[in-house]
Amino acid sequence: MAATKGEKLLEVSGLSMDFGGLRAIDNIGFELFAGEIVALIGPNGAGKTTVFNCITGIYEPTMGDVTIHPPGGTCRRINGMKPNSITSLGMARTFQNIRLFPAMTVLENVMIGRHCRTGSTIIDAILSSRRSRREEKETVDKSYRLLQKVGLADVADEFSRNLSYGAQRRLEIARALATDPFLLLLDEPAAGMNPQETHELDELIVRIRAEEQVAILLIEHDMKLVMNISDRIYVMEYGKEIAQGTPREIKENPKVIEAYLGEEVHA
Amino acid sequence: MDFEYLFELLCSGVVKGSIYALIALGYTMVYGIIQLINFAHGEVYMIGAFVAFIVTGVLTLSGHSGLTVLLLAALAAVIYAAAYGYTLEKIAYRPLRNAPRLSPLISAIGASIFLMNFVQLVQTPDFLPFPELISDFDFMEPISRYLSSVDLIILIVTTVTMIALTVLIKYTRTGKAMRATQQDMIMARLSGINVDRVISATFIIGSVLAAIAGVLIASRTGQINSAIGFTAGLKAFTAAVLGGIGNIPGAVLGGLVLGIAETLGAGYISSAYEDVFAFGLLVLILTLRPSGLLGKAVKQKV
Amino acid sequence: MAHFKRSLGIGLWFMFLTLPLMVVRVNTISREVEWRWYNLAWAGLCAFVIAWFWQFSIERRTARRAQVAANPHPAVEKLSLVQRLADDPVLSRRLLAVAAVVAIIFPWLVSTGQNFYHVNVMVSALIFVVLGLGLNITVGLAGLLDLGYIAFFAVGAYTYALLSKNFDLGFWTCLPLGGLMSMLFGVILGFPILRLRGDYLAIVTLGFASITKIVLENWDTLFGGAAGIANIPRPEFFGMALDSRQKSVYTYYIVLALVAVTIFVTNRLKNSRAGRAWMALREDEIASVAMGVDMARTKLSAYALGAFWAGLVGVVFAAHNNFINPDSFTFMDSAMILAMVVLGGMGSILGVIIAALALKLLPEYLRAFAEYRMLVFGAVMVLMMIFRPQGLINNMRRKYEYDTAQGGKDNGGN
Ligand SMILES: Nc1ncnc2c1ncn2[C@@H]1O[C@H](COP(=O)(O)OP(=O)(O)OP(=O)(O)O)[C@@H](O)[C@H]1O
Ligand SMILES: [Mg+2]
Repeated sequence: MAATKGEKLLEVSGLSMDFGGLRAIDNIGFELFAGEIVALIGPNGAGKTTVFNCITGIYEPTMGDVTIHPPGGTCRRINGMKPNSITSLGMARTFQNIRLFPAMTVLENVMIGRHCRTGSTIIDAILSSRRSRREEKETVDKSYRLLQKVGLADVADEFSRNLSYGAQRRLEIARALATDPFLLLLDEPAAGMNPQETHELDELIVRIRAEEQVAILLIEHDMKLVMNISDRIYVMEYGKEIAQGTPREIKENPKVIEAYLGEEVHA
Repeated sequence: MDFEYLFELLCSGVVKGSIYALIALGYTMVYGIIQLINFAHGEVYMIGAFVAFIVTGVLTLSGHSGLTVLLLAALAAVIYAAAYGYTLEKIAYRPLRNAPRLSPLISAIGASIFLMNFVQLVQTPDFLPFPELISDFDFMEPISRYLSSVDLIILIVTTVTMIALTVLIKYTRTGKAMRATQQDMIMARLSGINVDRVISATFIIGSVLAAIAGVLIASRTGQINSAIGFTAGLKAFTAAVLGGIGNIPGAVLGGLVLGIAETLGAGYISSAYEDVFAFGLLVLILTLRPSGLLGKAVKQKV
Repeated sequence: MAHFKRSLGIGLWFMFLTLPLMVVRVNTISREVEWRWYNLAWAGLCAFVIAWFWQFSIERRTARRAQVAANPHPAVEKLSLVQRLADDPVLSRRLLAVAAVVAIIFPWLVSTGQNFYHVNVMVSALIFVVLGLGLNITVGLAGLLDLGYIAFFAVGAYTYALLSKNFDLGFWTCLPLGGLMSMLFGVILGFPILRLRGDYLAIVTLGFASITKIVLENWDTLFGGAAGIANIPRPEFFGMALDSRQKSVYTYYIVLALVAVTIFVTNRLKNSRAGRAWMALREDEIASVAMGVDMARTKLSAYALGAFWAGLVGVVFAAHNNFINPDSFTFMDSAMILAMVVLGGMGSILGVIIAALALKLLPEYLRAFAEYRMLVFGAVMVLMMIFRPQGLINNMRRKYEYDTAQGGKDNGGN
């Protein structure tokens, strides 16, 4: 399902989300093309995670359109679709507050990602049918390969709750990749990592884009990481989009500097 | 259409509903703060009724009678229910404050089974007659068909109790702390509220209300046993959900709606299926409008 | 010393708590008050001792958690003896073989002549083993707290009773029908309610079970009302006439086979695509759906499958007892099955079997215990949640076989 570079993958327009009286995001619009790493930044509470939740079907947006163009597939409006259907269409995410399956092993966590790409039924499992055996082997192999990619192969049989913070974040990435996405949404993947880990993550994300042929939409507070790897950046504040552009443009945008009190952007 | 009959049913429904409401308040307050279905709440209500029964028994057998006995019994019931509610929270729920969501619920179910069987063992599994301590008021004579003297007292007591509760929650320090904790437990703790104490207070208040309900219902039905807490608890929980769990006026509304629906169903269709109407209503409301009549749908933060 | 003082305080507090209930008993018939002061001493003493242990255990629990937090990768995890046995594949396989042999020759060991009391007891216990394993799918694996599980058991039992009575259908025809009927009930009920949050689900299932029982009690013409249905035929054996001992032994083997099948199926499912999806939903619903798990369908399958086992074994129950009435299907029975799953360790097959046998056989052979059993079950559920939420036997973690050399380069951990 490799997309050719430059093809449009995701288009968001007029997206708004209300919580009771609070408008958490207001008329957000952006797009994303194949092969890109795009960052979504903004101060705490700007509404970045809410954008992710609206795109991935966790929330149904109050207004606006989210349209995806799966490579080789037909374009679809996905608002109001169930999260699992959206994932099957090829978008997968990680969570800001890590949401792994703590009592399952690291490998099993990744194997869950294969759920929507396999189809053995309960009957298959009980009879241990050929299909179920084949899929099971494929699932294990693919999952293990992803663990190798994110550097967690040697802890494959540990319970995921026993991993360090940084390792848990990488496990979330592997789990999301297991769903064969064309677009990967990362919500603050570097949060809680030390500089060394962040640096490795930087390389990992770039490598994933190349090897897995996914586009990446990234929320991140670590400006060094963002400026290093993103092709384009959208900036949000109080639910509104205040700027967009290349890292260089964003660094020099007075609105952005103001929003960040002129500190972090230059970090 | 027989309007007198309808009116009779409505009155009885309101009386019943106001008792459900009293118990439902305990569920709703606890749920509002720690998101736990306090499954053992019905047992606290039952224990309140039992303590009242024991006190009235001892006093009447030593020759006292009348409203004073009932007041003393109610006082004892309230004190003991509060003590049980407080202890219950400390033992069965507090150690599980950060556990997975189902753990405290299973613990609550265990506590409920334990208390029910405890009372059954140390007292009796049989039904016990609860003495009639409220003599009929003369002025109630003309409308006794609709409302007995006990019913009148129930309505007065529940109204007064609910007003007191509202005042307590709106204006006292404890009440404000409770509302703050309900909004956001972490923020409440950061701003210096002793959350543990607030939770204890919530359990105590809920238990007091349940004990009052226990005494009232025992005087109305004239009998108690160790299993009354289970059904009453389930119904009161239904009432709480019906009104929107966590919502205090909702619990009262839910109680009344449930009481009326149940009496109407029993009166017009079949009294054997009375509980079916209540649980049917529960299933219906939860599937159609899980946030209840007055509750707001909240989206879980992700 | 601090412990001593606190325990003393707690002892006194419990003496106060239990004062009216344990000391005073009003006999309304003879119009006397019975004062049982000795109970007060007991209450105080027990509370004192328990409080002592309690504080000690809580301290230990806190210490252990701090240790785990400080060092999340223990080189050698400390495991209980049972746990080590259960984790050791060779040893556990041998134990399993021994257990299987004992189970098979059991009727010949314990029944002599016409004395087959023990066989009947074992049949009842094994019925609950199947129930425990069935509920284990719903609660233990999929995390759906079902407080009305006994209703599915009732559906199976009444299906057989009615079909055999009204249509003369035999046991073997009704066995799958009972299971399917329960499953159908599970699907119809589950469809609207499985969207609910876990705790609401618990209450609704409880309400559903109550409704079922009330309907059974009141619909006399169809279900025989509170009196129930009598003269339900026992399982037939190729048309041969069996005496009652042979019938019991025969039923024993039927349930035993059912237990074996349940274990086999649960085991297969645990390490399958469906089983992993159940566990994932149990652990985190939002993460599961975000990873592409269809919540409604997955939950429904766990719920219906659990119901299926209950229905199946309900048929056996009706056939074994000859007689059923609504009293066999109370909330306390649901609670007891739940206690088995909780005690055994959610998701652990061996744990559930041991717990089910213990909870069913202890009251049978220790009559003194029978009186207190629900009290004990209640206390055990609370204590397990606090001190050993993983149950007696931890759900064993599955190690998958994978080819470490294959594909991608391994950067190693951090
Ligand atoms: N489920 C919800 N219910 C009510 N309010 C919500 C909910 N989710 C988010 N909000 C509110 O919406 C606003 C945006 O939140 P969001 O989590 O999207 O911010 P964010 O940009 O991701 O911030 P951060 O950098 O801290 O992660 C906040 O004010 C938040 O309180
Ligand atoms: Mg965020």
